[in-house]
Amino acid sequence: MSPALALVVKLLAVIALMLTNGVLMIYLLRKVLGHLHIRLGPMHVGPHGIFQTMMDVVKLLTKEDLTPRLADKALFFLAPMIVFVPSFLAYLALPFSDTLKATSLETGLLFTLAALSVVPIGILLAGWSSGNKWGLLGGMRAAAMQIAYEVPLLLSALPVVMLAGTTDLGGIVDAQAGTWLAVVPRWFITNPLLWPTFIIFVVSSLIEVNQTPFDMSEGESEIVAGFGSDYSAMKFGLIYLSEFSNTFVVSAIGVTLFFGGWMLPWVPAAWYEAVPVLAPTVFMLKTYLGIVLMWWIRGTYPRVRIDQLMDLGWKRLIPAALVMIVLTGVVDKLIVPLFNGAVS
Amino acid sequence: MSDARDDIITVGLLAEGTHDPGVPPAGIRRAPTGVDGLATEHLIVNMGPQHPSTHGVLRMLVELDGEEILNAEVTLGYLHRGIEKLAEHRRFDAIATLMDRGDYVSGIMGETAVALAVERLMELEVPRRAQWIRVMMAEINRIATHLLWYGTMGLDTGAMGPFLYAMRDRETLLDILEAVSGARMMFNYVRPGGVVADLPAGIDAKIRGFCDAFDTYVEEHDAILSGNEIFQARLKGVGVIDAEKALAFGLTGPNLRASGVDFDLRKKRPYDAYAEMEFDVPLGTTGDAMDRFSVRIEEMRQSNRIIRQCIEGMPEGEHTAKVPKILRPPTGEVYASVESARGEVGIHLVTDGGTSPYRMHYHGPSLYALQALEDLMPGHLLADGCVMIGSTDIMLGEVDR
Repeated sequence: MSPALALVVKLLAVIALMLTNGVLMIYLLRKVLGHLHIRLGPMHVGPHGIFQTMMDVVKLLTKEDLTPRLADKALFFLAPMIVFVPSFLAYLALPFSDTLKATSLETGLLFTLAALSVVPIGILLAGWSSGNKWGLLGGMRAAAMQIAYEVPLLLSALPVVMLAGTTDLGGIVDAQAGTWLAVVPRWFITNPLLWPTFIIFVVSSLIEVNQTPFDMSEGESEIVAGFGSDYSAMKFGLIYLSEFSNTFVVSAIGVTLFFGGWMLPWVPAAWYEAVPVLAPTVFMLKTYLGIVLMWWIRGTYPRVRIDQLMDLGWKRLIPAALVMIVLTGVVDKLIVPLFNGAVS
Repeated sequence: MSDARDDIITVGLLAEGTHDPGVPPAGIRRAPTGVDGLATEHLIVNMGPQHPSTHGVLRMLVELDGEEILNAEVTLGYLHRGIEKLAEHRRFDAIATLMDRGDYVSGIMGETAVALAVERLMELEVPRRAQWIRVMMAEINRIATHLLWYGTMGLDTGAMGPFLYAMRDRETLLDILEAVSGARMMFNYVRPGGVVADLPAGIDAKIRGFCDAFDTYVEEHDAILSGNEIFQARLKGVGVIDAEKALAFGLTGPNLRASGVDFDLRKKRPYDAYAEMEFDVPLGTTGDAMDRFSVRIEEMRQSNRIIRQCIEGMPEGEHTAKVPKILRPPTGEVYASVESARGEVGIHLVTDGGTSPYRMHYHGPSLYALQALEDLMPGHLLADGCVMIGSTDIMLGEVDR
């Protein structure tokens, strides 16, 4: 296979994965939220409503595509693409197994987070260009949130990078192979030093994907539908799809950084080679578990206020993340070698 | 409008005294404030009548500086049906149907107010059983109303779960109300002289079952929202109405009691069988949104207590007094009020000896809460504004009549 053809196949595979994920996740979200809310969720289209999302996609594709009279036409058209394309790019570096990944980047973690951080620019544009005051408020909120949260999200990934010694997502997974004392898997989540970092990561990533305690940019009870107020048809569909795929990517990064990626505990590496579908399946299951946990929060929590969110970001998470970086460095480079020296 | 021409008569939104949506009304500043030499402009948004958290058809013109509310002006009347005027053409026993459509969530209380007014004019003696049934139905209705408020309070702060949990319990209550009165919302059950029909057989087991279940459910409701740190942070210190201000605005009901004023008509001016009931009146301390929340949650517990007492001690007897088919109260004037879920619902009747009132005035608590809102909102964030609307529990059907 020529390199160009391989590239095209990979890109198509990523798009297929993204769309499948979108359809699956929307159905899952409705069911998870439904059961959290003691209702059933979709039940009518197909058994247990499994075709509901597909019908919704058909509906979105065939709906009239409205552009408000006051909208800035070019930007209004462009904004959903600016939201969608980075979400797509963020899939490229995810390691589904040792070998199954679209591309192997040495800066995979940075690349993925950088791609995700472009999304709010699209949201700001969407809100601003639609010529709607609620949209503008939503866009502004998205921009303010991004500045306050991109930083702690990146900083919270740093201690992991320091321990793993690489920003290659595959490398980070490899660094988590093996067990402590032959019992506890060496996943970074089992390292108490990283627990505060993990909490910072979870909070920042919830904001990154606009989940409920932090869904200010569309906060429907305050600013109608925020940046998305005026979007309809497939433009709305693209924004929606991007939101879901960001949720997936963030959960996948969480799994990669803290939960050993595609690895199962106590399973020897030879098994992954013997059963090629094992690693991707494990990775997907872990990721979906993370997504369901996010939705659990979404179905339960009220929304914080924008100034409380800013307080949390600037005054708590950023300093805490910085302290954790220093602490991780001190423990890893000064204290651990002392013990190692004593043992050996 | 200074530039209006004499030969043009404007109607509707552009009529004299109303607001052209494009022009900021009096009281709303549009003073550009410079930041680093940049000319800026305040954002004026139309909050409602189609906005998710305006609880019906409230319309507010809100002037924003960023997210901060500088000014809020309420526009009323989107749900005006002329209930007071319509009452002048209804027989006295038919006014109840109008009251159901006033505060359409707590209809029993409104109906009771009309019934009390007519009974006072005609000096009707209401049988003891009818009084007890009225109290029980009113308290069931009160819990149903508070549950709806609880759910929408959750929605206003962005939590969707509590709403559906509240609906689960409210459904049982509406079933009970339907079994007794025949309708889920527009009851038309309380009439001058008593109630329309006696309790159906077997309803007490159903009500008892609800009372027992609700003991745990109300704790669950309380824990889901008020046990949540984010929810507390959203409500504490927001929309503070001190006792003096609450009295000045004429607030009644939970809104007034949250400010620490001990005023509950069920205690202060007992009507029906409330004098025989044992219950506490919860009071707040600071009068912020969190106090209003806690007061209402506690009221649900107390209502549950009253319902249980009613079911245990329901007296035997007639469900209605002997009343003529067509009521003709003597010429006179009367004011009767009840403690509705939202505050004092009062009916002022002026009669001329005919079969329908000469004039009826409907005093609803939500209008006063709405006035207070206009005063509270400036200086707060937009998100706080939604919390304030939710926590004062306004009902637009009652505001607009």
